[in-house]
Amino acid sequence: MNRSVLILGASSDIARAIARKFGSEGWSLLLAGRDVELLSRDAADFRLRYKVDVEAFGFDAVAFESHARFWDSLPGKPEGVICVFGYLGGQKVSERNWDEAKKAIDTNFTGAVSILNIAANDFEERKSGFIIGISSVAGDRGRMSNYIYGSAKAGFTAYLSGLRARLSKSEVKVMTVKPGFVATRMTEGMSTPALLTATPQQVAADVMRAYKRGKPVVYTRWFWKYIMLIIVHIPERVFRKLKL
Amino acid sequence: MLAHGWGRYPSIDAKSFTFNSEADLRARLKSISSGSAIARGLGRSYGDSSLSENLLSTSRLNRFISFDDTTGDLVCESGVSLSEILDVFVPRGWFLPVTPGTRFVTVGGAIASDVHGKNHHNAGSFSNHVKWIDLILADGSVARCSKSERPELFMATCAGYGLTGVILRAAVRLQTIETAYIRERTIRTKNLDEALVAFDEQAGWTYSVGWIDCLAGGKHLGRSVLMLGEHATRRDIGESKDPFRLRPNRELSVPFELPGFFLNTMTVRAFNSVYYGKASSGERIVRYEPFFYPLDGVHNWSRIYGKRGFVQYQLVLPKESGKEGLKKILERTASKGLGSFLAVLKLFGKEDAPYLSFAKEGYTLALDFPITSSLFKELDEMDSVVSNYGGRIYPTKDSRMKGEMFYAGYPQIDKFKEVRAAVDPNRRFESLQSRRLGI
Repeated sequence: MNRSVLILGASSDIARAIARKFGSEGWSLLLAGRDVELLSRDAADFRLRYKVDVEAFGFDAVAFESHARFWDSLPGKPEGVICVFGYLGGQKVSERNWDEAKKAIDTNFTGAVSILNIAANDFEERKSGFIIGISSVAGDRGRMSNYIYGSAKAGFTAYLSGLRARLSKSEVKVMTVKPGFVATRMTEGMSTPALLTATPQQVAADVMRAYKRGKPVVYTRWFWKYIMLIIVHIPERVFRKLKL
Repeated sequence: MLAHGWGRYPSIDAKSFTFNSEADLRARLKSISSGSAIARGLGRSYGDSSLSENLLSTSRLNRFISFDDTTGDLVCESGVSLSEILDVFVPRGWFLPVTPGTRFVTVGGAIASDVHGKNHHNAGSFSNHVKWIDLILADGSVARCSKSERPELFMATCAGYGLTGVILRAAVRLQTIETAYIRERTIRTKNLDEALVAFDEQAGWTYSVGWIDCLAGGKHLGRSVLMLGEHATRRDIGESKDPFRLRPNRELSVPFELPGFFLNTMTVRAFNSVYYGKASSGERIVRYEPFFYPLDGVHNWSRIYGKRGFVQYQLVLPKESGKEGLKKILERTASKGLGSFLAVLKLFGKEDAPYLSFAKEGYTLALDFPITSSLFKELDEMDSVVSNYGGRIYPTKDSRMKGEMFYAGYPQIDKFKEVRAAVDPNRRFESLQSRRLGI
């Protein structure tokens, strides 16, 4: 009964909330991210709170060439992987500055594909495991206000969808999570509508519930499913005029 | 963003910053371009103690660091809430050394306000159980202080309202408990005299607090319900109960601000009569939450006071003159129909050491008043009564007292100012309150 989960990009608010959720249910935690010092503080906290094994590892989503080594260095492979890292960036900057656009694409899409390919092959061979990817509602339709980020997330959503189909034959579950507005450090200073903005804890609770029910795709909060249903169906000539 | 305290008055359009580490906070402090800054935890101080142009929110600085299960010493970051400590440590047989009437305050806030609880008469205030504090000073350096290391900084930081710097971490000593239950005794008293006598007679109880019906006048003036408590032993609760397993409570919430007319003399009178009538004398075993946190079960209860908000007026009067002073205050409240929804009375123990700690030996009374156009004038008059009897007001609850009132009540303010001038000469850390009071 020593189930373990690897959390990639573990220092973000959503990742911390997810780690707490899994930790509180007795899961061992492998925390991976760039700032190992910070993650070590989280590790100490989770150990104290939940009396579970927690370890922190250095991991950089955009250092693709290091991913295979990172995976091999893990002490025992986790039962599941939760891919939380992402980079919002600035839409306006990304339009003119290739480095900024590339960073969004590399972090949200390429980096995720790189590390999850490795995990997926391992799990497929083992015929067990799960992969949870934190994508975004921004990937459901490119909007003028954040289509660089949105298109990278759209790529990630499509990737997870294909991966899910492939791994379904090997008893490996793949879940796509699409959060809407979440009050995190990433969105600090943005004015998001209070009623539509979730807390990281709500997102984590939604992820855990959906994981237990074996859902393929989950929107969090739930109402985003309906908001996005409307948004994807707005005719192009109307959509163009909306300041979305 | 528009920020306000628990009393929903006053409010300020402020910038809020969060931080994950010292380095992060240092960078945030540098990035502040205009105005002052003040640390803020869960925003449970009632008035303007945690309001400024820039709010340094400890919401992401909320990790446990270590726990020594031989001594009970818990080291944690300042944004950890008392609620989190209870959730984690009560099932392991540990309890807070001192707790205020809400569990939704942070460790940093509990130190900065030097909060007190129902055991003040034997345990002192929260800071009395703090072994050391790490705080970031205005110049970006980190200072550790304790009763023996930089003691002046320690005495100024406890009950320092965030004015000496931002508390990053602290070590707090928890106390052991045998069960998560409280053996509670309730005593009804007919008037104030009886209540004060009862406090003295029952001083042997670890926890004591009284609830006063402020609207009862004449010979019923100060009629009260006294609630006394001890941590229940295993024998108290009986074999059948698991000592620490509590079923989760259902929580209520006040979803929006109720219209101003909701609270008036009639509704408050009705509430108080019911409450007084309901309280039966005798002993019983209760879970710790309803004993310590009766209002935490109703989230956002402060919204019942409506959009204009409310003031909690908490005073302390020295024991010798206290009885007479309390009578005067209660007579005023009763005759003007100021409608206090909650009036809490407690006998404090010895004064605490920090320079600006509120508690001192005597009686403390806390009254909630919805804000009306005439309230502040009334409270100014009440201030002079308090002042005449040698009392003072609790800044954590305050949003309106005048500077003179504060200075008269806190004779150690000069020592405090000396420390502050040394660590923050340019007043990077200021709150609306510190400016209003001229600290």
